[in-house]
Amino acid sequence: MSLLTCKDFLSELSEYLDETTDPDIRRRVEVHVSECPNCFVVFDTTKKTLQIYKGMEPQPIPQDVHSRLMAALEKRRSRPA
Amino acid sequence: MLPPTQTEAFDELPLVERARSGDDSAFTDLVTRYERKIFRLAKHITQNEEDAEDVLQETFLKAYSHLGEFQGNSKFYTWIVRIAVNESLMKLRKRKTDRTVSLDESIDTGEETVVREIAVWEDSPEDRYSQEELRGILEKAIDSLRPAFRTVFVLRDVEELSTEETAVALDLSVPAVKSRLLRARLQLREKLTRFFRRKGDDVFAYL
Ligand SMILES: [Zn+2]
Repeated sequence: MSLLTCKDFLSELSEYLDETTDPDIRRRVEVHVSECPNCFVVFDTTKKTLQIYKGMEPQPIPQDVHSRLMAALEKRRSRPA
Repeated sequence: MLPPTQTEAFDELPLVERARSGDDSAFTDLVTRYERKIFRLAKHITQNEEDAEDVLQETFLKAYSHLGEFQGNSKFYTWIVRIAVNESLMKLRKRKTDRTVSLDESIDTGEETVVREIAVWEDSPEDRYSQEELRGILEKAIDSLRPAFRTVFVLRDVEELSTEETAVALDLSVPAVKSRLLRARLQLREKLTRFFRRKGDDVFAYL
């Protein structure tokens, strides 16, 4: 099993986090982060970055924006196609 | 304020079918379900509240008029995201004439993937800020990415489309989506490090 360089690790990082890497590469990524403190931090903080963004709920839409959208749709509906 | 929408584990198909057969209340249900996400997406791409509202309206008006053309082989949500992305990019191009608006694949060559700052984060860095502060930090970080990167990031990691769906929505190849996503993620990681790093630790660089 050949070792990954830090650069190799970076290029695999995204797919590793998406869990789309094949098992062999997966293992090599894991070996690399267990031995390379810098890459471990990059791995860990990138993972957290994604977790934080995925947990971000969209804000409620302002009531006036919603009302104008509904009015625009209503207008379209009342117009014969 | 309207109640939150839930997009996960929601079977939109019966609603879409009813809307297609002319049931306007079913279409309204689809609108209320997705308007927040479409508005957020449009704000992220256009970075302008007014443009985002135009995009929101255009998207649902187009969806309404073209419902008959919707094939049902993709999700309705993915279909309207695609309309919203196109409308947003048109707005963006109208406002800015510089080339950075281009989503052209030539952007993927010549720029290296680099990591400049490495620092350990707090265990729960988001707890250091109020919900509102945190939202501000996260959104500002996205908005500081160039359009080609932030569009991919928003579709993949905020709206949680698949790589393939993102590629279709942006008219990009799958490898282009992947390479931009990696760089967008690394750039955001670095921007957030300034807010989330453990106090007192050194910042070091490599690569
Ligand atoms: Zn390394």
